[in-house]
Parts: sequence; C-alpha cells; structure tokens
Amino acid sequence: MTLAEVKPGQQCVIKSYSDQWLKLKLMEMGCLPGELIKVIRLAPPGDPMAISVSNYVLAIRISEAKTVEVELI
Amino acid sequence: MLLSEIKPVSSVRSLKVALVGNPNSGKSTLFNVLTGLNQKTANFPGVTVEKRTGRCNVKNTEGKVESFEIIDLPGSYSLYPKTPDEQISFSVLCDPQDDAKPDIVIVIAEGTNLKRNLFLCSQIIDLRIPVILAVNMMDIVNYKGIRIDFDNLSQELGIRIFPMIARTGVGVQELKQALTETVPLPDHEFLDVRQFAPTVVDQIKAIAPITSNYGAYQLANNIEFVSWFKNRQEKKQKIINVISDSGFDPVQQQAYETLERYKVISGIMSRHVRMEPVQKRPEWSKRLDNVLTHRVWGYIIFLVVLFMIFQAIFSWAQYPMDFIDDSFALFGSWLSSVLPSGILNDLLVNGILAGLAGIVIFIPQITLLFAFIVILEDTGYMARVSFIMDKLMTRYGLNGRSLIPLISGVACAVPSIMGTRTIQSWKQRIITIMVIPLMSCSARLPVYTLIISIIIPSSPISGFINPQGLALMSLYLLGFVAAIAAATFLKYIVKEKGRDFFVMELPLYRVPRWPDAGIAVIDKVKVFLFDAGKIIIAISIILWFLASQGYGDKFKSLNRQIEQATALQTNPVTLSALEAQRLEYSFAGQIGHLIEPAIAPLGFDWKIGIALITSFAAREVFVGTMSTIYSAGNESKTKMTVRDKMMAEINPTTGKPRYNAATGWSLMLFYAFALQCMSTIAVVKRETGGWKWPMIQLGYMSALAYMASFIAYHLLS
Repeated sequence: MTLAEVKPGQQCVIKSYSDQWLKLKLMEMGCLPGELIKVIRLAPPGDPMAISVSNYVLAIRISEAKTVEVELI
Repeated sequence: MLLSEIKPVSSVRSLKVALVGNPNSGKSTLFNVLTGLNQKTANFPGVTVEKRTGRCNVKNTEGKVESFEIIDLPGSYSLYPKTPDEQISFSVLCDPQDDAKPDIVIVIAEGTNLKRNLFLCSQIIDLRIPVILAVNMMDIVNYKGIRIDFDNLSQELGIRIFPMIARTGVGVQELKQALTETVPLPDHEFLDVRQFAPTVVDQIKAIAPITSNYGAYQLANNIEFVSWFKNRQEKKQKIINVISDSGFDPVQQQAYETLERYKVISGIMSRHVRMEPVQKRPEWSKRLDNVLTHRVWGYIIFLVVLFMIFQAIFSWAQYPMDFIDDSFALFGSWLSSVLPSGILNDLLVNGILAGLAGIVIFIPQITLLFAFIVILEDTGYMARVSFIMDKLMTRYGLNGRSLIPLISGVACAVPSIMGTRTIQSWKQRIITIMVIPLMSCSARLPVYTLIISIIIPSSPISGFINPQGLALMSLYLLGFVAAIAAATFLKYIVKEKGRDFFVMELPLYRVPRWPDAGIAVIDKVKVFLFDAGKIIIAISIILWFLASQGYGDKFKSLNRQIEQATALQTNPVTLSALEAQRLEYSFAGQIGHLIEPAIAPLGFDWKIGIALITSFAAREVFVGTMSTIYSAGNESKTKMTVRDKMMAEINPTTGKPRYNAATGWSLMLFYAFALQCMSTIAVVKRETGGWKWPMIQLGYMSALAYMASFIAYHLLS
C-alpha cells in the first residue's frame, strides 16, 4: 500500500519510492527506507497530510504520498 | 585614540562567514543577533533570492576588534539544489566561480531535530571548509529531555560545537569568540565519497579548481548549475565525458550518498544523544495544531487573522498616511512660496516632491503588513495556513501563502506584492503577483464613488437596498473574481522553475522575537524606498512634465496669463479656468486628443484621455485631473462641483449627457482592470528582478480593461 492510504493514527514503515526525484527530496528530509512514520492528521479537505518522521512533523500532498510504498505496523 | 580602537584594521581583509542551516533552525535570529542593524539586503545576481549581508565586530583575546562579514545563505535541507533558494547555497559553497565564497561556515542546527540537521552539516564538513556548528534551541532540547554529549560529538565530527539559545543570546558570545581564534579545517572527512566514484572525483579535481573530494562529487552531480563552466566549454565537455564513460548516474549516486550519510549519522546519534525520560509534559505544538488546523476552528481563526490584517492596513494605516499627505502638502506649498516661481519651482514641488510623497505614503502599509507577515511566519502559523489552504488554492494556481497578499491587495497592491516573498514555488509566486493588482485597491475607491454618484441614483430599491452600495460591492466582487479567473488561466501558461512539490516541514510553534520582526520591517521599507522608489520618482517626473509643459504659442500665452493671474491674485474661478485650458494645450492634453480615436469606442473623450495619462501615477489622480479639466477649482468642494460639471457634460454626437450608464460603467471597468499605477509596476520589477513580468502584467491588464470597457459600453448604449 502507499502512504496515501494510511489513516491518521496509524503507523507504517517506508518500503520504496516510485518517483525518483521526490525520493531524493524525501530521503534528505529523513524519510528513509525502513523509517517509522506516523500519520498525524489530514488537512480538512483531506489533502495534504501531516506525518511524524524522526521526531518532527512533515506535511505532504496526497499525490506525493502516493509515490511512497509503505507497510503498516 | 579611542576611535581607532573600535574601528577594524582596514588593511586586513575581513573574513567572510556564511550562515547555513535548515529552514526554521533560527538562522535569521542568529544573523540578527550577530549583526544587529548593521546589515543590508540585495538580490543574489540574476535571481530573486534575497541576499542578506552584515558586519559583526568581535573583540579578540588581545582586546583588538576584529570585523567579520556575515552572509546569511537561504535555508536549505541539503547541498543538492531542489529549490532556487537551495541553488544559491549550492553555488556559493561549491561553484568555483562564485565570489561570495566564505572563509568560515557556521552551520546552525535545531537541537531537537539534530539528525536531519546533521545531514547538511556533514555535507559541508566534507567540502573541507572551516566549519563551526551551532546547536540552537537548547531550551527546548532540555525541556524535551534530550541529552547531547557535546564533547564527544565534537570529537567525532572533528569540528567545534556551540550549544546556544539564539533568541536570548545564550552561547552567542562564545561563538563570536571562536571566530577570532583561527577556525581549523574539519579534522577528517565525514563520509569518504571518493570510493563511490573514484575516477570521476579524481578527474574533476584535475580539471577544475576544486580540492575536496566531496566538492568534486557535488560538481559531477550538479554540473548544469555550475557557472564556472560557462566560459570553459571544453572542460565541461571533458567532465561530461568522464561522467558518462564511468557510468556515473547522478540520481542513484545521490540516493546512495544520502543513505550512507544517514547511516553514519544514526550511529553518531545513538552514541552521543539520548532521550531522558521526562515527566509527561504537554506538547504545545500538537495541542495548538488540533485547533489551528481544525476543520471549523482552523478556518474561523484564519478569517479573524485575515480580517485583522485587513483592518490594520485599511484603517489603522490611514492616520499616518494622512499625516504624511498633509506634511508633504504643507512643505510643498511652503517651498513653492519661498522659492522664486518658475519652471524649476514647479519641477521641484509638483514633480520631485510629489513623487517623493507618493513613495513615502506607502511606508505605513508596508510596515503594518510586514509586521503581520513576519510574525505569522516566525510563530509557525503560516505553515499551518499553507497546510489547510493548499488544496483549495492550488486549484487556482495559487498557494496557501497567497491568500494574505491577495486579500491585502484590497488595501494596496504595493505592500501585498512585496509580501509574496514567502511563497516558495516560483510559479505560484509569479501568478500571485500577476493577479494582485486586479483586486480593487483603495486608490480605486475615489474613482468609483465619483462615477457611481453620477450615473447611479441613490434612492433605495425596494425600501432598503442602496443601488450605489450595490454597484460598489459588485465592483469589489468583480475584482476578486477576475483575480481568481486570471490565476486559473495563468496556471496553464506560467512554467515552474524546477519541480513543483509541497513536502514542507510544520515547525514547532514559537513566540515571535520582536527585534527580528522590527529588523525585517525596516529592511522591507528600505528596499522599497531605494529600489522601487527610483522608478517611481522617474515616472513621476515624466508625468509632471507631460501635464505641465507644452509647446506652441497658445500654451505659452496661457502660461503667461496664469502667472499674471497668480501674481494679481485674481478670482480663483478665472484662474482655474485658465489652468484647465493650459492642461488642454500641454503635452498630456495633446496626447489626450491624439488617443481619442483609440478610446472613443469605449465612450471616452480626450478629457478622459488626459485623466487616463495623469492617473498612471495613481488611480485616485483621476478625480483631481477631472476637477482641473472641468475647472472645478476650489479644492474643498471639488467632488461636488466636478460631479455637477461632469453630469452637465453633453456628448456632441448623441446630444445626450456624456456620463450616462454606458460611459460610466465603461470607465469604472477600465479602472477595475487596468494597471493604472506606476508604483505597482516599480515594485513588480523589483520583486521579479526585471522588466519582463511588469510589462506582461501591464499588457494583459490593459487588454482586459479595454475589452471589458468596450463590451460594457456597447451593451449599455
């Protein structure tokens, strides 16, 4: 499944990325493969989403979250 | 004697110190603490990224004062450029061509987010530049129970580290002291990147003037951004060949390097940073987010914030603006009375001084709007606005951060356009700038009220609805709808520089630091006065010349008659009639006649033509010019009399009143859409770094205005 499908409150681990450019950006920001991610909330229109990664909060569009393959834990 | 002690020794070149760090790491605060008001802002050459430089004087251990040139590089997460901001940091640090090359780099890191911040720091260590690390926000670090073993961290990174709380100044003195003691190169490489691509690294080091392995590696990854190669095409080709021969894949290399770097960082974090269990403490940021990004409260609070800003620049700013207006008027009439009369007097008072007044008048609104924007940014609230508004705004090609400038446009486009700096995406920023002047600003109000009072009856419809109020409201709505429509259209035309992405940190909420806000406001005012001000003065002098000078005997004789009339203190009615005639024979009058055929299809005559030209200074000038043309004279009653005279005007071709619904609406629509404002043009030129965008804006808004007026005139007549 992709990060876009994870519900607020759920946690997941990053598996892989389908967008090469965005992958580099996300990795720089600490969203590395194997990293634990918690979805905190969605913005009221349902997009973007706020996730917690390595102790800080990152906002990411649903379209961007769709490029991140994750596994729920 | 005392002075020479304070002054830096000028014969020694002062060292350049670059401040580098992630966004939200407190970099600007540290810059302000280091330099105080001793700073200036310009644009980096060729781009519209703000370049802040300043001076920091430190007494060294021998008691001598050393001076350092501090340059504040834009916030970046990595040396790999992904935004125009990051591209600047990349070229300053990695491009052999760049002359801003620092002697020392201070990396500022957010202590609560050390892992991600160390990533950038480790890249800079590997560039083999003297580096100092400042770990900021130690108060929050302690509050959260994070314990950092600085001694061992420093040893492992091979650089000096200073814990600090920049906003209160704790630890800053130690950092300044460290600058005066020679800052050594980092002890060792953080990550050996040469092993990833030995041939490429060695070859580049042989061809380009680069000494560090990582500098060469970065260059291989970002060769298209390196301006050093511009005049060295054969060298560039040689490197490109080496890269392709060795199968060097930039994307893969970058991903691999990022992983390896984070691996080392994770090891370091586990050895030198630990979390101490603290009693459950409230996480203010989370609690605030629950309210500020709530699906009801979030928007209500944002509306209240918008309303407050609007209130401030619409009404509060009025008092200082009136004061500035009155002071200049007073000074102008005093000046013209003490100086010998003549063309020079006229130029000084009605050209230059009027231009100056037209610039200074913007200061209150710029000050207020920027105070709000800076504080909202610094608290972290603006990132939340971006978060809750992104979906809605991107549909129209805009950004969550576009809303405050857009709504502020109802007061004045000038400060609003300056307020678009915080929009990261180049495309969304340009679109915001392009549509802001469509919002009905307060300078249109005098034009609207004058015309509405002529063409629309004030008697209420069905008891309570005032048609004049309705007309005015529809004009404001029209401006807003036009802005959104234009933005949606431009979405498909304007190209993004680089790639469009949102991925954005939601920083912890913070109490704003007032000196930072003050410095930012002073900075904006300075930039406006000196950059946009030049253009405004120039246009203002041209407009003065057009409206006050002319050729031919008729103009000269009128000029003489006016001089005599003034000297004899003739009846003001006669004098204003003479002035009206003089305006008709001035250059502006000639142009008015000249363009009449072009504007006739809109229902305008040469008199309106003159007003269109003079009101290019600012829209409200329309009313003043019409008063002069209709020799309405006597300023205090201007509006009444000019209104009466305009109502009495007969259109010779139709034999009916000229200012009927058709001409009136045509005129109001023209002012709703046309870019009749030299200050906006000046400020767009400054904010986009050239004449291209202001000219496009002038073109499309004029075309829109012409079409709207044309259609309205023909539908209504």
